[in-house]
Amino acid sequence: TPSKPPGTECDGRDYPLALHSPTGSRSFLERGLLLLVMLIFLEGTVLTLGAASSPDISAQDNTGGGHDRRDDHRGIAGSHEHTNYTYTKKAFPVLSLDYHHIQVPFEISLWVLLASLMKLGFHLIPRLSSIVPESCLLIVVGLLVGGLIKLAGEEVPPVLDSNLFFLCLLPPIILDAGYFLPIRPFMENIGTILMFAVVGTLWNAFFVGGLLYAVCQIEGTYLSQVELLPCLLFGSIISAVDPVAVLAVFEEIHINELLHILVFGESLLNDAVTVVLYHLFEEYSGAGEVTPMDVVLGVICFLIVSLGGIAVGAIYGILAAFTSRFTSHTRVIEPLFVFVYSYMAYLSAEMFHLSGIMALIACGAVMRPYVEANISHKSHTTVKYFLKMWSSVSETLIFIFLGVATVAGPHAWNWTFVSVTVILCLVSRVIGVVGLTFIINKFRIVKLTTKDQFIVAYGGLRGAIAFSLGYLLDKDLFPMRTMFLTAIITEIFFTVFVQGMTIKPLVDLLAVKKKQEAKRSINEEIHTQFLDHLLTGIEDICGHYGHHHWKDKLNRFNKKYIKKCLIAGERYKEPQLIAFYHKMEFKQAIELVESGGGVKLPSAMPSQVSMQNIQPKKLPPAVAERALPQFTKGREEEIRKILRSNLQKTRQRLRSYNRHTLVADPFEDGWNDFLLKKQRMIELEKKMSNYLTVPAAPPDSPTMCRARLASDPNAFYNIKASSEGVPTIQVDLASPQSPDSVNMLNEFSKRGATDQGLGQREGATRDEDQGLMMKPSSAGKVEKGEEDGGNKNPGLMRCLSDPGPSNEDEEDEPFLP
Amino acid sequence: MYLSVLDSRQSLFCSSVSFEQIGILHKRFKQLSHNEDTLRRDDLNTIPDLSCNPIRTQIIEAFFDKRNFHQNGEGTVQEISFEEFLVVMSHFRPPALDMTEEQREIIRREKLRFLFNMHDTDNDGTITLEEYRHVVEELLSRSGALGKETAKGIADAAMLEVASISMGHMEPDEFYEGITFEHFLKILKDIEIETRMNIRFLNMDTTNLCK
Repeated sequence: TPSKPPGTECDGRDYPLALHSPTGSRSFLERGLLLLVMLIFLEGTVLTLGAASSPDISAQDNTGGGHDRRDDHRGIAGSHEHTNYTYTKKAFPVLSLDYHHIQVPFEISLWVLLASLMKLGFHLIPRLSSIVPESCLLIVVGLLVGGLIKLAGEEVPPVLDSNLFFLCLLPPIILDAGYFLPIRPFMENIGTILMFAVVGTLWNAFFVGGLLYAVCQIEGTYLSQVELLPCLLFGSIISAVDPVAVLAVFEEIHINELLHILVFGESLLNDAVTVVLYHLFEEYSGAGEVTPMDVVLGVICFLIVSLGGIAVGAIYGILAAFTSRFTSHTRVIEPLFVFVYSYMAYLSAEMFHLSGIMALIACGAVMRPYVEANISHKSHTTVKYFLKMWSSVSETLIFIFLGVATVAGPHAWNWTFVSVTVILCLVSRVIGVVGLTFIINKFRIVKLTTKDQFIVAYGGLRGAIAFSLGYLLDKDLFPMRTMFLTAIITEIFFTVFVQGMTIKPLVDLLAVKKKQEAKRSINEEIHTQFLDHLLTGIEDICGHYGHHHWKDKLNRFNKKYIKKCLIAGERYKEPQLIAFYHKMEFKQAIELVESGGGVKLPSAMPSQVSMQNIQPKKLPPAVAERALPQFTKGREEEIRKILRSNLQKTRQRLRSYNRHTLVADPFEDGWNDFLLKKQRMIELEKKMSNYLTVPAAPPDSPTMCRARLASDPNAFYNIKASSEGVPTIQVDLASPQSPDSVNMLNEFSKRGATDQGLGQREGATRDEDQGLMMKPSSAGKVEKGEEDGGNKNPGLMRCLSDPGPSNEDEEDEPFLP
Repeated sequence: MYLSVLDSRQSLFCSSVSFEQIGILHKRFKQLSHNEDTLRRDDLNTIPDLSCNPIRTQIIEAFFDKRNFHQNGEGTVQEISFEEFLVVMSHFRPPALDMTEEQREIIRREKLRFLFNMHDTDNDGTITLEEYRHVVEELLSRSGALGKETAKGIADAAMLEVASISMGHMEPDEFYEGITFEHFLKILKDIEIETRMNIRFLNMDTTNLCK
């Protein structure tokens, strides 16, 4: 059988195709055709681009062009005046072309389109993307695009402009990283990360800068005009590990959490060091002299830049959390607050030359727990989705622009300088990591092994931040700017291509531990919590205030004061475990309802075990009686009602929810299958409804159908009139006394299930011994399970009936399709 | 005095914990037991920092549980000596740098066994549903009525999960007795317990800082 392409989106995108070939795998021919069409399309895009961007350049570069244009305008105005005067001639232009009017946004859209199409294209060639990382492919695309523009005889636009990069492209990526930062491993390794980020970067900068200067002084390199300070500046630019490059590569190799957070955390936190070093050396290169006083000022500056950045971010984060407390009536703009506050944090930090990256990270990390508790489920999905979308587009654009900029830029190639840079970067990185790990390991409980050190050293990729910083340099102050840029680009290409491409095989070769893909189970959550408390307790008994002790204190403080202020309603009282549990049962409810459509999920529900299997075998009647005293009849009915409306709602929500899920979800695979089955279901239900003489049943769940019946007295009548031979139908929602109120539904869906061969238990309508089946089957079983479970186990019934997070979705109704 | 004890049995513990650290622990022991040779439950109950720990009783019980003394004993004791105190503490020692896979597995089992014993209060080799419910209730005991109500549901869901992971399919008339140690290992295989269940034993004497 042909292997499925890894990019699931191309499977889910076009249902008709997949429907025709139920195996799900598209033939090679079809894929090739698609690719060809896209290439042609791309060609068109590129050519228009080349043509499009040219006037922009001329307008920017030679002021003469601008003058011309202004003259043009004046001319037009004059002619207008003229025509006004004479009232004549020119017919009203039915169709006119004014490209300049839309030029900038149009070109931006073209670039974004190109980036997105490229991303799409790579997933159509699964074999290529499994060998070469996406970042490399994108750079190559950028090179090709730049080359095409150049071939077309136009000047390549300065796409990777520093302003554009730092104000537009970088923030989404960093916010995405900060918002979804795994706080726990990050905080557990904060010491190591800081060590690498601060000391490691300092070491790299001075080692590379200093030795480069020494090499430059050697006779015969023709580099003797390069002074020490520019060399150090260059060193500080080139030494920082780049978060964008690291993210792009590390996300593909699925390395274990510890290594990922070490390298990635370092790349985030070294921003402060880079900013300070950069400004320091830039400043002193003009002055030409460094006093000890300047060094002290530099250290103070570093503290201010980093801590100030964090403070700014935290303030905006708290503001965002506080704002989100009051958004329960305007759910539409909820996600916007997350983005706007974060962007404001970034800009505010940049305004004072504080570390914008750290501000963004702090902002995202601080606001997340509170915002997540406040905003609706849908808004949360929106936030997640938008962040992922923006960051992935930005990342794609950055790599493409890197390629284009390489073609565009003036280059000054100096063999010595470039090769020495590349070698020194490697050497200093290795020495730095090994040396620092030696120190760090004395303090770490879990030591870093040699393999770990290798991956940390090898994962030190450089990227577009270095390029943009180099691009920012003043041409007059630094005559060797072009040479620096060339060296930076070479170093970026070396790390991204050579290291980026070989790291995956090396990880496999060294058998470095990979990330576990499995989602967290409730048992793991319980035991994680248990372990936390246990360790805190043991520390208290040991009698010293350690890591766990302070964490516990902080947690308690958070719970007692901060959560109360920042989280609306009663949810702040909810402990983590319960929140997790609610989330999980919500997911399960969705899966259960979804499976009601007739799909057998591949492996979403592992459980084939019913509640009955774990209950103690023979409860003495007294105990059984005691197990459910708190549920009066009225309460029971209420719970049923909630459950029903919930199922209905999840059903509706699901349709919008499903297509937008970010993580590969189990439904995606079964989706085509599901569509087929659903069609069958619709037909079946139509037949059913004919039988019942109900006006055409909606294709939704039986629950929907039922709800409609209840609201339409006529339909209700019709059924009653013709319901001989049909199982009891009592659509009586209000009566709490009627245990049969859900009967019709049961029968209805059971029939559906039977016809499909799903309901093996025909006739077993009131089978009390069945227990609550966790096995996904038909929606009818869910309802039934609820009834049976109600008698057997109130806890599990609550599990199904608990409104959970859907409670807050009431205001969202207008969104429903 | 305590050094002689250590030579005999606690070579494992010593390998990663220095004599100074043991000295500090001994000091703490004396402080807790009010200069007696043995420690009683009440001594631990009165630690103020411990009072707001939701699983305080389980932690204290673990110190008086014979199963945790490496002696294949059963049942509980009323008071423990410093030696036993150390043995219990040794479950929380950090792992060495160069461990073989086997050693890692041994340490892993040992630590998980300690956790398992904390849950398996009646020592029948399984964590039954009742015991599991108790654990979750204790965990949520600080969150008021809300916690109590949900605890049962959480424990049931967790138990269902264990049953489905470890048993696969079950007939309606079968009965899942409870979590055995093997199942316990299985469900927690993704938690890297050997790297997480550690306490940093300080070299510094901080006993007079702490309450």
